[in-house]
Amino acid sequence: MTSVLYDAPGPKARRFSLIASVVGAILIAGLLALIVTTLAQQGIFEGRRWAIFTRGDVWTLIGNGIMATLSAAALSAVIAFPLGLMLCLLRISLVPWIRIPTRVLLEFLRGMPVVLMMLFVLLVLATSPFIAVVIGLVLYNSAVFAEIIRAGIQSLPKGQREAGLAIGLTSFKSRMLIELPQAVRRMMPSLVAQLVVLLKDTSLGYIVAYAELLRAVQVMADFLGNQYLFPIFFVAAGIYIAINIAVSRLAVWIERRGSNKTAGGVAPAIKTIDLQMPQAK
Amino acid sequence: MDVIIENLPIYWDGFLRTLYLSVVSGVIALVLGTLIAAARVSPVAALRGFSTVYVEILRNTPLTIAFFFAAVVLPRLGVTFEQFEVAAIIALSTYTSAFIAEAVRSGVNSVPVGQAEAARSIGMKFGQVLGLIILPQALRTVIPPMINILIALVKNSSVAGAFYVLELFGHGRQLANANGDQVMAVLLGVAFFYLLLTVPLGILASTVERKVAIAR
Repeated sequence: MTSVLYDAPGPKARRFSLIASVVGAILIAGLLALIVTTLAQQGIFEGRRWAIFTRGDVWTLIGNGIMATLSAAALSAVIAFPLGLMLCLLRISLVPWIRIPTRVLLEFLRGMPVVLMMLFVLLVLATSPFIAVVIGLVLYNSAVFAEIIRAGIQSLPKGQREAGLAIGLTSFKSRMLIELPQAVRRMMPSLVAQLVVLLKDTSLGYIVAYAELLRAVQVMADFLGNQYLFPIFFVAAGIYIAINIAVSRLAVWIERRGSNKTAGGVAPAIKTIDLQMPQAK
Repeated sequence: MDVIIENLPIYWDGFLRTLYLSVVSGVIALVLGTLIAAARVSPVAALRGFSTVYVEILRNTPLTIAFFFAAVVLPRLGVTFEQFEVAAIIALSTYTSAFIAEAVRSGVNSVPVGQAEAARSIGMKFGQVLGLIILPQALRTVIPPMINILIALVKNSSVAGAFYVLELFGHGRQLANANGDQVMAVLLGVAFFYLLLTVPLGILASTVERKVAIAR
């Protein structure tokens, strides 16, 4: 690995780096050992605590939790994406009295904590927790999808829209037939990265009493006894993180694979939640 | 509407606690995140490895899991806090630091290669290249995404309300339970106070974007 930030390491620097690496590794190993011994003193590693994972019903509960998490995420994503497309079209409409209220709405939705929207739906509309979770996720994520696609459309080369208008398409048809398909392809890494956020946010369902994975952990710990909290939490958190890392990798893979079906190429995933896009070349 | 005006002191208390959580966690996350980003581009392989794993895991951990760990699992493992605010700050600041680190790293990558090359050619060492030349420029380009992360932090602090911290969301939930007939007004009041923080920050982000950003 070379970097522009430092010279190719010579023998001295390599020795220093090796020593630093070894010292760092020893420090981390020491820290881990400290954690492990602390945990061991609490009896965390006793076989009987982990033996619960040989029980079928524990895995049934964990499986139900995962299914609840995934189904809420899938349903929200399926609804939020078309809604996001629609909001995006309204947001870039040429008619001010459509564009400006949409903009205010999007700002409102994006400025709101998702969990507050979930609680609002749960209490005001008196729905089931599942519906509350899905509506909360849909409201927030459709607004984010809309902004991502808008950033994609704006980063397309100007000639795309001009060519569309020049061959006699109306503004709307140019958006639908030329700009949107390219923008969606171009922004695919960011859209998939947003799916990770959506997936992570399903865990907010815990707060509105939706029986997702984390809630299942809590229920099992309450039911089986506190000594099982750590093993169950450890496994559940691992599952959550593994699923999210897999979807994150998908976003990276789509970004690397690229696409020749969009002018300006596939844009790298927008880091964090910043929605400013570099102009396509 | 009456319910909001009657309970204005409670809202205000929640608002201040949300602000407190956000500011303290934000400062810790900024420092921690920048250090992690520096480790991520450093010549020492162990630091690079550690920071990569740190960022990958925290970025893919749901915030609620982080909170659950800090506020429920840790105390049962013997790590107890006098106030639950501490657990909230630990969860929020470590979670946010991963995003800050990613933003700083993308800023470092956006600084033209010639800057680092020039610095190295006049004999600067890695620490000097990064600290004197690259980071000051990188941090400038990532101010707008940084502000967006802080907006997310303000919104994320609402999760603390579910883990025994009475900030805006926590108070809102209690008020909603106490005033079952005026739930909508109560929660819209909470929403208003969140917007009071997030909207100005959003405007600040877009203003800074236009003014401070270096044209490249």
